[in-house]
Amino acid sequence: MSTVDQAANAARFIEDRPHEQYFDTLMWSLREARDRSAREVPEWEELRDLASAIKEHTLSNLAEYLEQFEASAKRNGVTVHWAHDAHEHNHIVADILNRHGAKQLIKSKSMLTEECEMRPYLENRGVTVTETDLGERIQQLDDEPPAHIVGPAWQKSPHDVARVFAKAYGSDPNNDDPVYLAHEMREHTRALIVKADAGMTGANFAVAETGAIVTATNEGNADLSGNVPKLRICSVGIEKIIPTNRDLAVFIRLLPRSSIGIPITQYTSHFRAPREDGEMHVIFVDNGRSDRLGMEKFWPSLKCIRCGACMNTCPVYRRSGGLSYGSTYMGPIGIIMMPTFDIRRFSELPFSSTLSGSCSNVCPVKIDIHEQIYAWRGVMDEKHQIKLAKKSAMIAAGEVLSHPELYRIATFATETALKLLPRFAIYNDLNAWGKHRETPAPAKQTFHEWFKENRQKGQKE
Amino acid sequence: MGIREDILDRVRRNQPAAVPHPNVSDFSRIAKADLIETFRKALAILAGVLIETPPADLGAFLRKQFPNAKNICSAVPEFLGNSKPEDYANWADAASIDVTVVRSPMGVAETGSVLLSEADLRVNTIGFLAHDIVVLLDPEKIVENIHAAYRHPAFSDKAYSVLMTGPSGSADIGGKEVHPAQGVMTLTVIFWREPAKR
Repeated sequence: MSTVDQAANAARFIEDRPHEQYFDTLMWSLREARDRSAREVPEWEELRDLASAIKEHTLSNLAEYLEQFEASAKRNGVTVHWAHDAHEHNHIVADILNRHGAKQLIKSKSMLTEECEMRPYLENRGVTVTETDLGERIQQLDDEPPAHIVGPAWQKSPHDVARVFAKAYGSDPNNDDPVYLAHEMREHTRALIVKADAGMTGANFAVAETGAIVTATNEGNADLSGNVPKLRICSVGIEKIIPTNRDLAVFIRLLPRSSIGIPITQYTSHFRAPREDGEMHVIFVDNGRSDRLGMEKFWPSLKCIRCGACMNTCPVYRRSGGLSYGSTYMGPIGIIMMPTFDIRRFSELPFSSTLSGSCSNVCPVKIDIHEQIYAWRGVMDEKHQIKLAKKSAMIAAGEVLSHPELYRIATFATETALKLLPRFAIYNDLNAWGKHRETPAPAKQTFHEWFKENRQKGQKE
Repeated sequence: MGIREDILDRVRRNQPAAVPHPNVSDFSRIAKADLIETFRKALAILAGVLIETPPADLGAFLRKQFPNAKNICSAVPEFLGNSKPEDYANWADAASIDVTVVRSPMGVAETGSVLLSEADLRVNTIGFLAHDIVVLLDPEKIVENIHAAYRHPAFSDKAYSVLMTGPSGSADIGGKEVHPAQGVMTLTVIFWREPAKR
């Protein structure tokens, strides 16, 4: 597949000004909610340090903890499966469903099943898959992938959702009250939930000592998916393991506060064993994770707990929309994960960043996200994955910035041009900055000029 | 080599140098006298309702609180109800319940959560397919925070356990929490002491 041009996709998103502003405001409000919520916890920074250290400990002993989880799960009567990649994962799910003659599958949100493109795989085999997470269901009905890992449909305004539901459910297209819309979803989805043959969840955490799959939802839809049908399947990335319940507490405190600024999700659920007359399956999926574990610079991205805080704060993500990344994981965390799946396809993503470092500052497990983004740019250069135009521009910038005389001439020329040129000559396709905002007024003098003048004055005195 | 062995082998080969397992402290800071106040505030954040003085007649209270409820499923000896969990051998049938009454063995002050497992619900789905849920909680059973909560044995020996906090909701449309979502429409916690064990 061809390289994703995030910048071009973002440019299209920005053309729709009301949506751009809506999304930016919503994302920033989540960042603010996260800040308020974090300040309520005096030991917040200590918890972040702990979470980071627990994840690093677990990842550096991952094989041992995977085996421990497997042993615990088996003791609990759970069947554990292993999959190298998406295809093996999807095949295992289809096989389990097939053995039970299950045709109606309900599931809670799982980025892993998105990564595996499981829904089309199962639907091609005659299984009806119903997403029970409200946001994920909206995207399913609109045939779009998630735009955010926590709120898949956040890129849509309530009015957009009203239109999607009107088409799918025949509800009022002009009523965009979220309470009304959530109620419509409840009415239509519960009918499918109660008659489902099988239920599926992802995993926020998998606890090695107890064999528990832990999910955090606001809607209780993992509880419904995992309890209403007798057959329960949990898809788990191998990096989701943590050692003990004592460790789990740290993450349960960090995740919802980092994510949407609440102390806990309404349902924090622990699935250890099947019900007496049921079955529970856990599928461990590698899909490139074990390779990433061996990348000296990039393995810490495996610490991610999918809270989305890095996305909510990112100045590029907030103004680009999540779909512009053309990838399962988007925003800063997506930038550092996606190239490990397909370096050519996602070679442009590391350049969709200002390197502000805001992502690293809010990350609850302290991944050095912006440093990894910068390092990925180096990898793209080494592997010759940078487009010629971008590379030429960077070489030119490098020349100018490393030669003071050249830099001064360039600044003088720009400042003079801004003062003299008519508006149409400044705001055109050549000036990316001026496309959606005013170009700053030119300064009366450069710092260099000021310094020269004042230092000389100072010397006279 | 099988898939399992191959994945574990790749993981073993690629694991970074061992990092020690940090010790997680309890972060205990709330005085026992303040636990109830902390619980009350936290439960309200996620729209849970707290009744601090137990009603003299639970049946009358439920009729008043839920005037349209026809099917009250009780999982507690304190109240008979119209049905019991075992009536829902097909777990999906719990969708016909208007109100579920259940006792929680633990509350969490920091988050306003109540613990429920199959030991309390008996049929797990009565906890979220019902229209509304009423949870009896002995205020003595409120622990300070999530660290303390995870010491409860339910998390190590129950097939299913949930920390439930407020009725189901969603922030998926417009980023603001609204009710209802897929689960219960309201959650009411009543402080009700556990009967002394003989």
